Amino acid sequence: MKNTVEIRWHGRGGQGAKTAALLLADVAFKTGKHVQGFPEYGPERMGAPITAYNRISEDPITIHSNIYEPDYVVVVDDSLLAGIDVTQGLKKQGAVIVNTEQTKEEIAAKLRRHGWKGSVYTVDARKISLEALGRYYPNSPMLAAVVAVSGVVTPAEFLKEMKDSFAHKFAKKPEVIEGNMKALEMTFEALAEDGAKSVKKSA
Amino acid sequence: MAIRERLSGNEAVAYAIKQTAPDVMPAFPITPSTEIPQYVANYIANGKVDTEFIHVESEHSAMSAAIGASAAGARVVTATSSCGMALMWEELYVAASDRLPVVLALVNRALSGPININADHSDSMGARDAGWIQIYAESNQEVYDNFLQAYPIAEHEAVHLPVMICQDGFITSHGVENILLAEDDKVKEFVGEYRPAHYLLNEKEPMAVGPYAVSNYYMETKRGQREAMKNARQVILEVAEKFEQMTGRKYGFFEEYRMEDAEYVIVLIGSAAGTCKAAVERIREKTGKKVGLLKIRVFRPFPEEELAAALKDKKAVAVLDRSEMFSATSGPLGAEVRAALYSAKSQAEVVNYFYGLGGRDITVEDFEEVYGKLEELARTHVVKDMYAYIGLRE
Repeated sequence: MKNTVEIRWHGRGGQGAKTAALLLADVAFKTGKHVQGFPEYGPERMGAPITAYNRISEDPITIHSNIYEPDYVVVVDDSLLAGIDVTQGLKKQGAVIVNTEQTKEEIAAKLRRHGWKGSVYTVDARKISLEALGRYYPNSPMLAAVVAVSGVVTPAEFLKEMKDSFAHKFAKKPEVIEGNMKALEMTFEALAEDGAKSVKKSA
Repeated sequence: MAIRERLSGNEAVAYAIKQTAPDVMPAFPITPSTEIPQYVANYIANGKVDTEFIHVESEHSAMSAAIGASAAGARVVTATSSCGMALMWEELYVAASDRLPVVLALVNRALSGPININADHSDSMGARDAGWIQIYAESNQEVYDNFLQAYPIAEHEAVHLPVMICQDGFITSHGVENILLAEDDKVKEFVGEYRPAHYLLNEKEPMAVGPYAVSNYYMETKRGQREAMKNARQVILEVAEKFEQMTGRKYGFFEEYRMEDAEYVIVLIGSAAGTCKAAVERIREKTGKKVGLLKIRVFRPFPEEELAAALKDKKAVAVLDRSEMFSATSGPLGAEVRAALYSAKSQAEVVNYFYGLGGRDITVEDFEEVYGKLEELARTHVVKDMYAYIGLRE
């Protein structure tokens, strides 16, 4: 579909990949887009591989099938790389974003085994989350990463919407708002250094 | 001004329940409809709606309580899916023959077995003869809109029948999409107050509901249901017109998409229609071939004449069923569409395919293939496989 960005999320049951897809839909919705965020349900159990999807468009979206040729793939748990080809159907000019403590080269080598030669971005969501929040919540860094790489909403819009949404969500725990915002900014900085188009610092 | 939101199909239905404020909601949880009573229970707990929620021990009890409350004179809603509806079976017929305007939010899911939680229409299609009005949705917007129209149809004095508002499990129930919501006061005015002419709690008019009917009376009761179902046709259209005045969104028995000049047509029900629309656009843009879609919204009452009029002069039609009925020939929609075309003496070639059983995905490419087959069929007049399964692994 023209003017539509399609994103596939890979995670494990309980890790929040579905929630992250719904949060991304939320942010894009708030910036005026047409959105879809939906999970693919199999047997429901903690730790099993799960898939979730986003379509984000300037125009109304009617398609109700899963996404087989995504523009971007987000992998919330790098242990999935051993079992499934997360790059299946991924458009050549697209990109994979992996939450991992491994280096970009190590991840790229694993993906090459499935024939993926395109862009790879890595985010150490654990490190960022622990440093910014003191606890491991991968969603905020992963959301920031997909925005940085895809540009599906502008980083400025994203930060503004996320701040509003955290302020609402954590009205009774304002101390975590700053930490969450810091996690987003740290992710942007890390990916800017990695050359992600939306957050790349102008020369 | 409508309220711009993004909601899942289940959230949209729960929101519509809050806005229409039924008096009673008995419900028992089952995937993928569980969220509907869950969200409504939240609204109730937070004082957003004063519906009486009844925690029942089964779906059979849920529908029994709905029948009791509705007979007493209350506006009633319940929600279920799949095997939950199967357990309501006996009571579905009672609600219809007692002429009670119960509204059921059904989230379509395959019936067991094998056990499966995903979308198909085997639950509601199995209940197609129960005497309920059935209205289906393509999107979250449509299931919300259909729900708002349910009470004005069900409670209309010429109808007084239960209504099933159906949506596809997970695909719309758990998918978040943009949606336009109507304001509370407008909805309140649109659905109005329920003031039944006869009800059990009216002490001035003692009455019995659902007594034994000997053979001298049973058939007349069925005739009454049939007349009510016939009356529902006009009422459904009137309510849709009033709804259009409120929201600008137009509804009928079915939606015709690029049908005016279409030669090759797919007929189906539910969320896959949106995917089919994308295929229609892609084919027309790439090849200029005249393809169209007819999406059934109202399956009960069945819009036989209107459907035949829309289809009879087409070159080839594929009717797609999302449930089996094991006649070893057609599916439920296929059988009725072909019967309608036969009555209209149509010369259109018709095939009846099955898709999406147990949540099997159907893609734009699958639809492109079906249109390709229709074109070949119109050219050769040779039916290769009348009852093919789409996307089957063999």
